[in-house]
Amino acid sequence: MLEITNLHATVADKPILNGVSLDVPAGEVHAIMGPNGSGKSTLAYVLAGRPGYAVSEGSVRFTPTRHPRESGGPASSSADQKRDSRLRGNDDGGFNLLAMEPHERASAGLFLGFQYPVEIPGVSYLQFLRESLNSQRRARGEAELSGAEFIKLAKAQATLLGMDAEMLKRPVNVGFSGGEKKRAEMVQMGIMAPKFAVLDETDSGLDIDALKAVGAGINRIMRAPDKGVLLITHYQRLLDYVEPDRVHVMLDGRIDRSGGPELAHELEREGYAEAAA
Amino acid sequence: MTAPFPTHKQEEWRYADLDALRPVWEQFAEPLTLTVGAGESLEKVWLSSDEAVQVRRVQIALEKDAKVRIFVLNTASEYGRTEFEVSLAEGANFELYGANIGTGLSTNEIVTNVKHISVGGRSRQTIRSVLNGKATGSYLGKVEVARGAQQTDAEQSVKAMLLDRGATANCKPELEIFADDVKCAHGASVGEIDPMQLFYAESRGLDPASARRLLLEGFVMGLWDSAREPDAIREAARKALRNTA
Repeated sequence: MLEITNLHATVADKPILNGVSLDVPAGEVHAIMGPNGSGKSTLAYVLAGRPGYAVSEGSVRFTPTRHPRESGGPASSSADQKRDSRLRGNDDGGFNLLAMEPHERASAGLFLGFQYPVEIPGVSYLQFLRESLNSQRRARGEAELSGAEFIKLAKAQATLLGMDAEMLKRPVNVGFSGGEKKRAEMVQMGIMAPKFAVLDETDSGLDIDALKAVGAGINRIMRAPDKGVLLITHYQRLLDYVEPDRVHVMLDGRIDRSGGPELAHELEREGYAEAAA
Repeated sequence: MTAPFPTHKQEEWRYADLDALRPVWEQFAEPLTLTVGAGESLEKVWLSSDEAVQVRRVQIALEKDAKVRIFVLNTASEYGRTEFEVSLAEGANFELYGANIGTGLSTNEIVTNVKHISVGGRSRQTIRSVLNGKATGSYLGKVEVARGAQQTDAEQSVKAMLLDRGATANCKPELEIFADDVKCAHGASVGEIDPMQLFYAESRGLDPASARRLLLEGFVMGLWDSAREPDAIREAARKALRNTA
């Protein structure tokens, strides 16, 4: 579903990713672990298309399950046709992810859970998410949600994550604690219902209860035969709640080692240096 | 008799577009005067018109415990100026929420002189400017606290967002204080759209133009939150912001 091949990337001319290759099939959760500075967050940002993160080599192919809109129904205008052809991807149904703008990646079904969710004063969460979701839906040729439909969806997702729905009336992440921000990221993921999620240290800053709620949220929203997850984490503990199918160790901007879930326990016991040796 | 035509040497006219002002000066030479009586309240929403040059000059006297709240939008295509001279008697409360939204070559400015002449007055001035092209947006705000005007509580918050290299923001809070038991806070900042906020919004599916519009609305629209009838100014500000995109 997500095939990363020999990915090289630089930030401010400094090479950070030095040939990452990784294949996450549909229906699987893969964890990436690794020490600080190994390139985990850079990989997340490159996948989401953050400006300033320059890809110098390699490719990323994203193959979500096809949306019904793409298999039928005439496009209504040339603008629609152009948009649809970009979002339709190539003959094998996959997208060249790196050629797409960040918002096009989102509409195609990619979600990035931010390590440091961004505050946006003056814009309520409800407005932010409704406009975002409807923008995605427009891009996919789906009907927009009305205000009432959206509020119902948002409240249900907030409740499932154990977040007070009243918080969605507040400006985006302003005054939220670290844990509340991470929970809110998962509420966003529940609302957007992406095909593939890249979660960058979603577990950092969470207490045990919040960790359980976030772990349950990831399983509920993303554990499905047609979905995939790349879980970036420092610690084993999130993996107690979201069991990965594969664990990869990142070192110096490439995947140093891969294994089953047991690799995470080994790393927790022995540290990265030992495991790499 | 018409008041003498201003010059750039006068601080309160320093950034004004005097060429635009000259043909219309006679209409505006004398400011409008308003008195709000003891204990009374006044709320005003002042929108822009379609005129290329728009000037408002207002003197407001707040008597004891009077309350005044003004919401103002400056979006003139050539020159817009909103000027207040306000005096606060004992316990009076003055709030100003204003925005300059300018495009092209326009100059829009909010110029205030808030005089706390007696004890216990409170003033709040919150100004936001959004400027593109070669537009100029200014806030010149003087707060005077007279001798004996103790327990004055004055705040000025001024922020400007520049969308293009050629745009200019002037922010000048100025304090003149002759009492020793007062609070006078002021903050000013000039910046650009935060690229991380932009990326965050785009990563959620908003195209770049919509993401920018949303962030700019967030920057400006909070100004109108306390208005009793905010709809007209909200809509006008939204429309003006769309023109900056």
